[in-house]
Parts: sequence; structure tokens; C-alpha cells
Amino acid sequence: MTASVISAGFHTTVQDCGRAGLRKFGVTPGGALDSVSLRLANLLVGNPECVAGLEITSGRVRLKVEVDRLVAWAGGEFEMRIGDEPIPILHCARVSAGAVIEISPKHGGRVWLAISGGIDVPEILGSRATDLRAHFGGWEGRALRDGDALPLGAESELCRRFRAAIPIGVSDWSAPRFVPRRRFLRVIRGKNWDDDIGAKLLAQKFRVAMNSDRMGLRLEGGEIGSNNPPELVSEAVAPGTIQLPPSGAPVVLLGDCQTIGGYRKIAHVITVDLGYAAQLQPLDEVRFELIELEESRELLRERERDIALFRAGLEARFG
Amino acid sequence: MTIHPLGDTALIIDLADESSDADQLLALSLFAADAIERARLPGVVDVTSAYRSIALFFAPGQVEQNIKEKIRALILPKRARSRGKARRTEIPVCYDNEFALDLARVAGHTSLTGDGIIALHASTEYTVACIGFVPGFPFLAGLPEKLRVPRLESPRTKVPAGSVAIANAQAGIYPFESPGGWNVIGRTPLRLFRVNENPPAFLRPGDRVRFRRITRAQFDAELE
Repeated sequence: MTASVISAGFHTTVQDCGRAGLRKFGVTPGGALDSVSLRLANLLVGNPECVAGLEITSGRVRLKVEVDRLVAWAGGEFEMRIGDEPIPILHCARVSAGAVIEISPKHGGRVWLAISGGIDVPEILGSRATDLRAHFGGWEGRALRDGDALPLGAESELCRRFRAAIPIGVSDWSAPRFVPRRRFLRVIRGKNWDDDIGAKLLAQKFRVAMNSDRMGLRLEGGEIGSNNPPELVSEAVAPGTIQLPPSGAPVVLLGDCQTIGGYRKIAHVITVDLGYAAQLQPLDEVRFELIELEESRELLRERERDIALFRAGLEARFG
Repeated sequence: MTIHPLGDTALIIDLADESSDADQLLALSLFAADAIERARLPGVVDVTSAYRSIALFFAPGQVEQNIKEKIRALILPKRARSRGKARRTEIPVCYDNEFALDLARVAGHTSLTGDGIIALHASTEYTVACIGFVPGFPFLAGLPEKLRVPRLESPRTKVPAGSVAIANAQAGIYPFESPGGWNVIGRTPLRLFRVNENPPAFLRPGDRVRFRRITRAQFDAELE
């Protein structure tokens, strides 16, 4: 029961919803940069929502699935085919044993692929997510390479019922899009926000720098300046935190960020917009829009309610 | 004590105004993180402490309305007491030239001899202030004034695993090969981060640490 990697693409890793409770040992939560897309893809194939799937960054990926499975994908603007048949985003599709799945980008930055039964790499520190900086988890603690053979887990009863409901091709069910393409990343004020720096953050357009990665989006092209940055004592940071190093070029931290940092925390991208942040690629332009903390918390509660409703709908039909 | 949002699913509790003494602030932070963790507040998935602050992380959408009052009640600074006996650990270090990549630089900045640097570094008791940068990397407070040397002007892209290093007021140990800009003065044969153990980090916040000088032969014998 494996999925063989024919082409690993530019940067593909095994990810789940990440590691919780280990920040005090310096372990980053990591996991899918857009956990909502992974969760939806998993729900679409009948998996529990945080089972391990693949996070694919740019590049074309081809996989040969050795057994009958269900697959679904979510995230950016990509195309997926099984053999010659196109599979629309946020649907569930049957793959027969030996079929080849191909995923290629149109404009998108990242996409998440779920396979029924999940990717059954060993669980390390409570998660199957790949920690690239500490080289553990996922597939041998690294990004996939051509020729890797990923073990697949056992399918749930729900997966089997889903399969019975798809005589051929693609499901008649689909998930709503939770990650609209936005022109702005919404932010709330950070601990070291001040109105002068904030105004500069909100008034300008930034460009995503080439050296951006799963740790963070390094921004350039805007001028925030660093007039006498105060000497700060290191404290906790989190995905979404916008740090301002002395260079004056802000960094938006993403899922693989360090657990502590010593730069000014000027603002935070709200959690519901992290999925959009995960789509940004080098040279993309980005702008910020300020909202209030209470609004961002309400948006997050709303999103979690919407996911729960979608899950309940599937369970009502197949449970 | 001031409480700040760290994004929409976490809070930072800044304790800086509770004392002007760095050691007291560190002790208070460790106490507070412990108290919060023990309270098992609903929705809290992670608690960390750093030099003078702690942070609480919540499951998405689960920050409680009255959380600030609960936090204030749990960590009343005047009720802070030591968390019992701190764990004491000895870290073996080989300071041979082969491993002490920046000993000459430190000597240049401090006008101490190599042996003087080593003697001072190894005769001090440090406290693990927090673990971060990479998994298992301890930030050690307590470096003697005389050993305070700025970071390298340009960081190394690869610092070898086990490197024992100092920068400004801090000492630290690189658990595995990673980039880094601290002054490397030795290497330990111990593995500081073990993914198959729980907890995975050899050291924990609040631990007391001393370095013990070993020879190259002992290093080879103890290498994990």
C-alpha cells in the first residue's frame, strides 16, 4: 500500500496539522501552512481532518498510487489529473490501482493533497509533519525526492462508503472555498505597534523576496525604516507575527517559524488569512489592512463553525 | 504584569514591570508558566516562558472572554515561590582548538588567554532561560561579564552539531548542524535533542547547567 513518487516537484513535504505543546522545547508547531486546505481535502475523502497529506509548492508532481484510493486537493490555483481526466479542486476522486496523479501549478503557490487512509509515516512527537530545520518527521525529515515510496494508512469505514457513492470519476459533493484570493492580508496590532510604523505598513505595497520559505515571507520594496529600534528581550512569536528587524524590512512568520524572537512585533496577520499568506510566492505583491482583534477572533470562530457544518453535512449523508 | 494579544489565538504576559532584577524576572516567568500549565485552562494548547514573559496558545477560536482575569488570579506575583529544587546538569565540553572555532576571537575581545576563557566558562553555573532558535537549543543566562563578546559579524551558514557558544550576555549549545552567529568555543558529545524521547530536549527551562572540561579522547568515547 504505497504511493510512488515519480516526480517530486520543486518542494513537496508530508504535513499534517502540526505538533502541539512542545514550544517550550523549541519545537515549532509546523504542519500544513494552510491547515484549512489540508483539513478540507481530508474530509472530502473520508479521512479524519488532520491525517497526513502532501504539501506541494510550485512545480509539477506525479504520483503512482499502487492501490484503489480516493484523493482530493485544495489550496492554490493548480490543475490535477488522474490519467487524462481533470479533477476539479475541492472534490473527491477515485484513483484505481496503478493510476498516475499529476498536479501542476497554474498561478498557485501551494496545494494540499489528501489520499484516503493518509500517508502513514511514523508519528514523531505526536505528529507526522516534516520539520525541515530539525530534520525529523514526515518522510525521513526531508522534502520528497523522485523514487520515494510513501506508505498509505488503512482506509476508514467512511472512506469505503464514499467510494461506493462514486461509481466512476469524481464525487457529486464538494467543499466550499475558504481561502478567497485577496488583495490584502488583514492584520491586527502587535505588541510593538506604533502609529507611525503602522501607517507605513498599511500605506505601502511590499514584494515577497526570493529567500522566503516555510519559516516566513521576507518582504521588500517598502520602506518602514528603523529609527532607533529599542533593544528587546526575546519572547514568543507565532505564525502570522510580522517582525521588524533593524534592516526595516518586515518578515511575516509562517508555520515553520522559530518559537521565540527578539525583533519588534509590529502586527499579526489574522489566522483566517494565513491560508492566503501561504499562497504568496516570491515577487508577488502584498498589502495589509488593519482590523480589530475582536473581529479577527469572530472571523476565526465563524470559519471553525463553517468547517464543522461541512463535516456534519458529510456525516449526515454517509454516517 | 501586562497582557498583550500575540495574534488572535495567543497571548503574551509581560512580567517586565514586576522587578528590575533579571534573575527574579526569569524565576517569576518559570513559576508563571508552570502555574498556567498546571491549571489546564480550557482551550490552551501550549504554554512557553522566556526571560521575562510567558505565552499561552489556544486552539483556533477558543480564547475565552474572561481569560485575562483567570491568568491574573493564577500568577499573582506575590504568591510566586520557587518551583522546588531545580534540576542540575553537567555538560561535558571539549575545548580543543579543532572545536573552539572562535576562541581566538573571544580572546581578542576579552584580553583573556584561551585557558582563562575556558576556566571562566566552565566554573559558572547557568540557568536555562528558554529553549528556542532550533529545537533543543538552550539559551543560558549567567555568562560572566568578562566573557561578553558580540556575535560574529557575518553568521556561519553551518555550525557543527554540539557546538558550545557564547554571544553578548548568553551562552548556548547548537543541538544539530544549523546556521548561527555565536562565538563557538568548544563542543559537547551529548545529543541535546532526541526526537524519540519525551520530553525531546535534554535540558528544560529552569535547569541549572555547568560545563565540565573533557579531553579529545573523552569526547570520542562519550560521543552519542
